[in-house]
Amino acid sequence: MDYTIKIGGEAGQGIQTIGDSLAKVFARSGYHVFVHQDYESRIRGGHNFYQIRVSDRPVYSSRERLDIVVALDRPTIANNRNRLGDGGIIVYDSTILKERHDETHFLDVPFVDLATKDGGSRIMANTVATGTVLGMLGLDLGMLLPVLSDLLEKKGSETIEENQRAAERGRDFAVANCRECSFMVPASGPPKMLIDGNSAIGLGALLSGCKFYAAYPMTPSTGVLTFMAAKSEMYRIVVEQAEDEIAAINMAIGASFAGVRSMTGTAGGGFALMVEGVSLAAMTETPVVILVGQRPAPATGLPTRTEQGDLLFVLHAGHGEFPRLLFAPGSPEQALHLTNKAFDLAYKYQIPAFILTDQYLADTQRTYDGFDLSRIVYKDYRVRDPESQAGKEYKRYAFADSGISPFAVPGRSQGVIVADSDEHDEDGHLTEGAEIRNRMVEKRLFCKLPLLKAEMAPPLLHGNQEAETVVVGWGSTYGVLREAVDCLSEKKIALLHFSEVYPFPATDSFDYVDVLRRAKRTICVENNATSQFARLVRTETGHVFTSTVNRYDGRPWLLETLMGELDGRLG
Amino acid sequence: MADSDDHEGQVPAWCPGCGNFGILRAFKRAVVELGLEPNRFTVVSGIGQSGKFPHYTRCNTFNGLHGRTLPVATGIKLVNHPMPVIAVAGDGDCYGEGGNHLIHAIRRNIDVSVFVHDNQVYGLTKGQASPTSMEGMKTKVQPYGVLAEPLSPLAMAVALDCSFVARGYAGDAEHLAGLMKESISHKGFALLDILQPCVTFNGLNTYTWFKERVYHLGPSYDPTDRVAAFTKALEFGPRIPLGVIYRNERPSFGDRFPAVHGAAIVDLSFDPSSLGDITKEFY
Repeated sequence: MDYTIKIGGEAGQGIQTIGDSLAKVFARSGYHVFVHQDYESRIRGGHNFYQIRVSDRPVYSSRERLDIVVALDRPTIANNRNRLGDGGIIVYDSTILKERHDETHFLDVPFVDLATKDGGSRIMANTVATGTVLGMLGLDLGMLLPVLSDLLEKKGSETIEENQRAAERGRDFAVANCRECSFMVPASGPPKMLIDGNSAIGLGALLSGCKFYAAYPMTPSTGVLTFMAAKSEMYRIVVEQAEDEIAAINMAIGASFAGVRSMTGTAGGGFALMVEGVSLAAMTETPVVILVGQRPAPATGLPTRTEQGDLLFVLHAGHGEFPRLLFAPGSPEQALHLTNKAFDLAYKYQIPAFILTDQYLADTQRTYDGFDLSRIVYKDYRVRDPESQAGKEYKRYAFADSGISPFAVPGRSQGVIVADSDEHDEDGHLTEGAEIRNRMVEKRLFCKLPLLKAEMAPPLLHGNQEAETVVVGWGSTYGVLREAVDCLSEKKIALLHFSEVYPFPATDSFDYVDVLRRAKRTICVENNATSQFARLVRTETGHVFTSTVNRYDGRPWLLETLMGELDGRLG
Repeated sequence: MADSDDHEGQVPAWCPGCGNFGILRAFKRAVVELGLEPNRFTVVSGIGQSGKFPHYTRCNTFNGLHGRTLPVATGIKLVNHPMPVIAVAGDGDCYGEGGNHLIHAIRRNIDVSVFVHDNQVYGLTKGQASPTSMEGMKTKVQPYGVLAEPLSPLAMAVALDCSFVARGYAGDAEHLAGLMKESISHKGFALLDILQPCVTFNGLNTYTWFKERVYHLGPSYDPTDRVAAFTKALEFGPRIPLGVIYRNERPSFGDRFPAVHGAAIVDLSFDPSSLGDITKEFY
């Protein structure tokens, strides 16, 4: 079983409600689910969709082929009628769309009529649609009812019961009228968790002891701000909507200087404003974690869509020369653990650490049996004993072989803590001395760099170990690349996926450069126009890819399209 | 108890006669009189001659970027709310580059004091106009004289209902020390604009110029009357008032922020396993 359900309509019509309910029902029923959303930058109208893939085997991406299309507007039919698989059905309400389709693969369901029966209201048409889809799949409503209860908790038990009856009417209609429905859904297992990239980053921050999150709302990073705000009181985390991104990063740096773990998040455009702050964090050796959710640019670009176009920008952002860490998770699970690693290393080495995602990862949801939270690392790197290193003679920038000076907390130390954005001496006071300048550059940069490089995990190799073709990707494309490589497994193909991007990982534990060197063909796949990662690989390793695959229309790769692109390059 | 020797810092690199010396003297006096040990409070400064200020005393210091003192101070204060946090900025720093942050710090009413070294000129970059330069002041960059209206920071602050608005004068360190003490003790955001002659680049607003104009607000002045305060804040001509212009006691940002209530966040211990099953909501 591997079905894709697509719900399309205008913003404000409730496609998200239908989609969320269905995805949750499937996950709670123990199926594997992958969800991706496509929306326009508007509050009402336009054309948006919500796509759910449900399977009894693990799924890592969205497909082109559709099995059930729920059309709440006409474009949903026009855009998708040619993408239906065998046995696929388009469900619609001819009274909403004001058009009729008599072909056998159309099912006209009177969503509004069924919603308003028994004193129900028009708004429940969405619940009718949800019931209809479950009926078409032959699933019972046992799992939907608790989902409706959660969703409508604030509206009271009467509304929940009315929605329950509306769902039943939708289900009954489908069972009675969908003569073409031939969906086979096998029995399922224990409930799975369903989580999106942004929530996973939020969880990672909570588990890393993040106590301060400041941001200015900007798609696609706003979800993390919302997640953190909801946890603020319970976990005592200061979450503040700053007046601009410059304030956001400076607030985060202030909180970190004051001794707590702190983070900020934005998209490429907001990050452009933060750049001076990155340099400030570096010079003052104040750790900070920065989330950059990429979206197509330049400038405002395609605000609600996806791209991997800011890799080299983020890698080079900030005036001056200083070390940084950059992680690009490929799934919600990686997002959680790499957020944790970003915090751990930022605070261990007192440097800025980046989590680079994009709209695709931020908004896609995937199922898991659960997360292994025993892998979470937390170590307090602060000097907490005022009698020892933070005594009266404390020096914020004391020289050490590692380049890492003891990090004391202002107001919690016998000495004073002096941090300076000017070049400074060990005490933190500004200096213009040439010799001390050299020593400070060496401390900040050359001492820490080799240590940082050793912390980075090598890329993941998936597929044929003696591959003739090695496909390389980074960040959010992990899932779709993995499935594409699996589907093309007869062709001696493997995936090399990077989620720990900078400093570029060493080859001691796994000589991935050799894997590239030995392959007949190496293909770098990126959601950008200029193959930024391929350029980075060439800079760091000298390897030049045989070919590149680029997509820059603001849309994510779907499985079949990517397979076609790869297949075309295999010869 | 700390005395002024405990607050002794680096040797200042300011011009002889700079108004900053009076401000530094007043500051040391204020913190000694308040009993603030150097390691028990934090000063955040920006860039400009004022940015060097904390190095010339002795205290926890974050000398950050031009214009960004208030966001940094806000971050520090929210995670360690019992610790006094003072921002020190110049007129270019606080009213120019960081103007947006000032507006929002006032709105939040974050419990931070900002001492603005307002010399009505850019010193560090050698003599260009600042947001408070008087109209007509000629510089190498403003050869026709300043064409824009000078900002009235105090009137703006009163208009924004800032909870504490005051003006001091570098040439009157004793009075200034009193205003600094009041600012630091005030629960909420305090803007203290400090008139400061720049002996090198501002030939207009000199010690003599100020001496002829400044006067102390007397006990009959009521700083809680907002409309009267607005009028007083606009007075900047033949006579320039010094003292607390406006005061409006209201809860500070931290007081209204549930996450901040209780022990300082920086003192909380953390163990990821103590969070319980935080993935539950995703099932």
